[in-house]
Amino acid sequence: MREDFREILRLVRPGARVLDVGCGEGDLLELLAREKQADGRGLELEAPNVSACLARGLAVVQGDADSDLDQFPTKAFDYAVLSQTLQATRNPRHVLSELLRIADRAIVSFPNFGHWRVRWSLLTRGRMPETEVLPEPWWSTPNIHLCSLADFAALTEDLDLRVEHCAALGGGRRARAINPDGALENWRAESALFLLSRRSDGVGEAPPDHQHDLFEA
Amino acid sequence: MDDGAPITAEDSGVWRFGPDQPLRLDSGASIKGLEIAWRSFGTLNADRSNAVLICHALTLDQHVAGLHPVSGKPGWWTRLIGPGQPLDPKDWFVLCANVVGGCMGSTGPGSIDPATGQPYGLTFPVITIGDMVRAQAMLVEAMGIPRLAAVVGGSMGGMQVLQWAADYPERMEACVCVASAARHSAQNIAFHEVGRQAIMADPDWRGGAYAAAGVRPEKGLAVARMAAHITYLSEAALQRKFGRELQNDGLSWGFDADFQVESYLRHQGGAFVDRFDANSYLYITRAMDYFDLAAPHDGRLVEAFRPARAVKFCVLSFTSDWLYPTAESRHIVRALNAAGARTSFLEIESDKGHDAFLLDEPVMDGAMRGFLASVRNGR
Repeated sequence: MREDFREILRLVRPGARVLDVGCGEGDLLELLAREKQADGRGLELEAPNVSACLARGLAVVQGDADSDLDQFPTKAFDYAVLSQTLQATRNPRHVLSELLRIADRAIVSFPNFGHWRVRWSLLTRGRMPETEVLPEPWWSTPNIHLCSLADFAALTEDLDLRVEHCAALGGGRRARAINPDGALENWRAESALFLLSRRSDGVGEAPPDHQHDLFEA
Repeated sequence: MDDGAPITAEDSGVWRFGPDQPLRLDSGASIKGLEIAWRSFGTLNADRSNAVLICHALTLDQHVAGLHPVSGKPGWWTRLIGPGQPLDPKDWFVLCANVVGGCMGSTGPGSIDPATGQPYGLTFPVITIGDMVRAQAMLVEAMGIPRLAAVVGGSMGGMQVLQWAADYPERMEACVCVASAARHSAQNIAFHEVGRQAIMADPDWRGGAYAAAGVRPEKGLAVARMAAHITYLSEAALQRKFGRELQNDGLSWGFDADFQVESYLRHQGGAFVDRFDANSYLYITRAMDYFDLAAPHDGRLVEAFRPARAVKFCVLSFTSDWLYPTAESRHIVRALNAAGARTSFLEIESDKGHDAFLLDEPVMDGAMRGFLASVRNGR
């Protein structure tokens, strides 16, 4: 199982309503349904992927994170998941605030452009990095809005979001809880995963059972 | 037969509703002595939970599978209904009924008006998609089916599917709406008007009373079909199939069917008049033109779907369908999501135009198979 999926499964409350934005062929949705009895929905851009999801009996709508999130009502979901896709959207700031409009919590993961390999590639070769999590050359990559862990942490601050949990991912190792503001983590984390909620009007619901990981930003 | 080979039944009939059960129409009129012709495949299970209603398109009928009694050809959706298909009669009781206003056995303008003993003709009341669905609901109830597992249809059938969800959400589990729209656009209405004018311009139409005169407006109906048929195809499909190929060697320097595409359209028109009634064409196209699911809700489609939040929806469209383009399906999907319904949507890549929903589209089959299997498994 993918490490980010394992971490998402751990974070999601059983029986939750989950929207997986950029759900691909529906692997995570199927895991969430099986392991967490989640009521899952998906949004996916590529027709062959949507077709695969429908053939698996998953409820998936063909659409685009940039333009199709506005059709979902406010607080329609408990969680909105955006896995390794934010950096490929045209307007990541808008997408992130939309995720936290339609869901109480957002789980967002992205490749960390502050990782030492990325910095090393630029410093020594002066070339755009091609790493395990950023495998494509600059001219074909779908990643148009790359950011570092520190950049993303600053955006959550800007949007007045609460960081309930943050984990570093990469190298096939287990997810590791980290402090997103730690300067060293911005070097070390190949990918980062955030569990976010709105700071304002965040009352009403008890946090799920991952309280021991709570990081008070 | 060995290893529990499927026992399937095939049945057909005409349901006659007594004068105490008139069909009340949206126009305020009603039809007494309603008859609905139906055909079914498979067997209703003990708890009556495996029924699927298929809604047919404008010029199609209840002969969705099996052989058509008039043309002798296979039914129009055998790729979906049959052994090993997404709607296998060993699992499902598949029911399809001719719409009210039609001409394949259900009450329509060609039927005898019990009040006069003459064919209705233009005295037949104007009907709507809502009326078609109300008649289907009467049939389903009369057959003792409390709740449908799914309602499935394409084109005008898809409009009925959406109307079912708006009017009877508690009587259905899921639905599939293919190549359709929640309202008829100006372009849709415009093409229908061309067809109707062609029929009414035929001297043999006789103000709709052609049956009494023993004639049929065949020329007008054929032209209506030719115009409509173009809208069911795509430029790419026409080009691929015919290009500028000629029927014979050289041009005729006249107005014969020089081009293969002309000959094809003439054939389509000619074959159509053998199996369809001109007045039914007028009434059913009118019903489609009047269709606007959001109209009773001040144009807010989401309100039409709000009672259907518990229904599972699957909406499919085709890239080259310019009659009911993907934008119309997206409009439906946005309203369904806003209403909080469990919705799936896929735009299928095809160059076959609107007719793709009846043709060899394995992606559509796969999507339907998965969706209907998930309905059967109660997911």
